[in-house]
Amino acid sequence: MGVPLSYYIGLAVVLFTIGAIGVATRRNMLVVLMSLEIMMNSVNLVFISFARFRGDVGAHGIVFVVIAVAAAEVAVGLAIAIQIFKHNRSVNVDEADKLKY
Amino acid sequence: MSAEMIVFWILAIGAVLGALAVVLPPFGRNPLHGALALVVSFIFMAGVYVQLSAFFVAVIQVLVYAGAVMTLFVFVIMLLNLTPEELAQPKYSWYKVLSVFSALAIGFIVASGLTHVLVHFHAASIPATFGNAASVGGVLVKKWLFVFEFSSILLLSAIVGAVLIARKRRS
Repeated sequence: MGVPLSYYIGLAVVLFTIGAIGVATRRNMLVVLMSLEIMMNSVNLVFISFARFRGDVGAHGIVFVVIAVAAAEVAVGLAIAIQIFKHNRSVNVDEADKLKY
Repeated sequence: MSAEMIVFWILAIGAVLGALAVVLPPFGRNPLHGALALVVSFIFMAGVYVQLSAFFVAVIQVLVYAGAVMTLFVFVIMLLNLTPEELAQPKYSWYKVLSVFSALAIGFIVASGLTHVLVHFHAASIPATFGNAASVGGVLVKKWLFVFEFSSILLLSAIVGAVLIARKRRS
């Protein structure tokens, strides 16, 4: 066994944190969606590395479902981004606050 | 340092640098650059999946993420055609520093939870057919059949929802 499991988990945690920083700090809605993709990818990495070290291929099925959820989320999120852009000529998530008041 | 370790470090550093290029404002100000950096990150992640002998998932990762999802992103960026003024980020503020800290706190919570799992983890040997298309397909239709069918319903409703949201309103 070449690389220990903890290295893969560490990589997944680093990627998850980078994605969380992107979601928290960036205000462009497209970049927020991309950061969400990074976070979902790191979750997939956790599933796959545990599956590899358990010798259980069952987690790969869940990874497929996560990929399907990510694709659905991107499709709906980008449609919403287009509508927000049509509405107030900007994809800044701070300016999309009509529902707040 | 073994050859596997060197390959892992190359793939890990590539994936992290790609993700950082998406998130950090100097590189990712233009969303198109962010999308291209995200493709790089996803392809390096597919390499990590290959190293974890998840061959079929790696192929699907390249096809779906680096192919389909990124095409969707680039298409929407092209449709919106944002000007540099619209892309300008507000100046750094206390709010932004606090949100970085909260994101780091979320990462710390995830790390501590995974460490707890790692401590109680017992490794097992893997079968020879691990991760190829036949074994993954088998587990998908035997073990996770209902989840699989529900994800197809989810994708259908996402298609209908995206068309309904993004279409032109008849006023």
